[in-house]
Amino acid sequence: MSERVPILKIGDVLLVSIQIDLEDQMVMDLQEDLSQRIVDTGARGVVIDISALEIVDSFVGRMLASIAAISRVLGAETVVVGMRPAVAMTLVELGLSLGGVRTALNLEQGIGELRRSRRNGSVPR
Amino acid sequence: MHESPITGNGDVVKARQAVRVLAQEARLSLVDQTKLVTAASELARNTLSYGGGGTMRASIVTRGTSTGVKVVFSDQGPGIPDLDLALTDGWSSGRGMGLGLSGARRLADEFTLDSAPGKGTTVSVLKWAR
Repeated sequence: MSERVPILKIGDVLLVSIQIDLEDQMVMDLQEDLSQRIVDTGARGVVIDISALEIVDSFVGRMLASIAAISRVLGAETVVVGMRPAVAMTLVELGLSLGGVRTALNLEQGIGELRRSRRNGSVPR
Repeated sequence: MHESPITGNGDVVKARQAVRVLAQEARLSLVDQTKLVTAASELARNTLSYGGGGTMRASIVTRGTSTGVKVVFSDQGPGIPDLDLALTDGWSSGRGMGLGLSGARRLADEFTLDSAPGKGTTVSVLKWAR
């Protein structure tokens, strides 16, 4: 059995902090685990912290985009936080702009983003 | 010269780490390290998904006063029938996003692709220290 990325719950926000270089299977498992946790907890927001990631390739980039899309369908807003500048420059040159994914510089701003969009009611349920 | 098999998912992670070590040794900037490692990650996954596995060879190269890192992936898979098409953004014969080859080419300073149906595929990326 492969290692899994832990998902923490803080109020109605799920926090995923990716701390290690991910194997593809872990990426797929995370997508599945997170979808299930959103449904189980009724979470309204998801924050994915990638500040420890040294690279984001198209596989992980696609995973971030699909997690954001899946959570939205399940009534939760996703914010990806902590992307390193070198990673951002590489992603854009690679051809992935993560158009459908909300991002914030750090965890604090990410949580702030979620609060703001909650007030504006951008994810009605 | 670093040589490693690309035969399972864990090998993609190992390939990234090996390229990172060489890129640091060759004194590539952080951004260039990230670009090269990302390109290697794309190509390692291609080797696995489309080539049915293969090998990665990575080494530090010098030309004149320049130092860089060259990473070569080769497989004995089905090969690529149409190289131009395979290098088109967004075109994929599999489930990917079609950014692997074209993205790796953009991220590298030098890129070569050698493939024919039934002959396998060899693809290389090179990044120079600035």
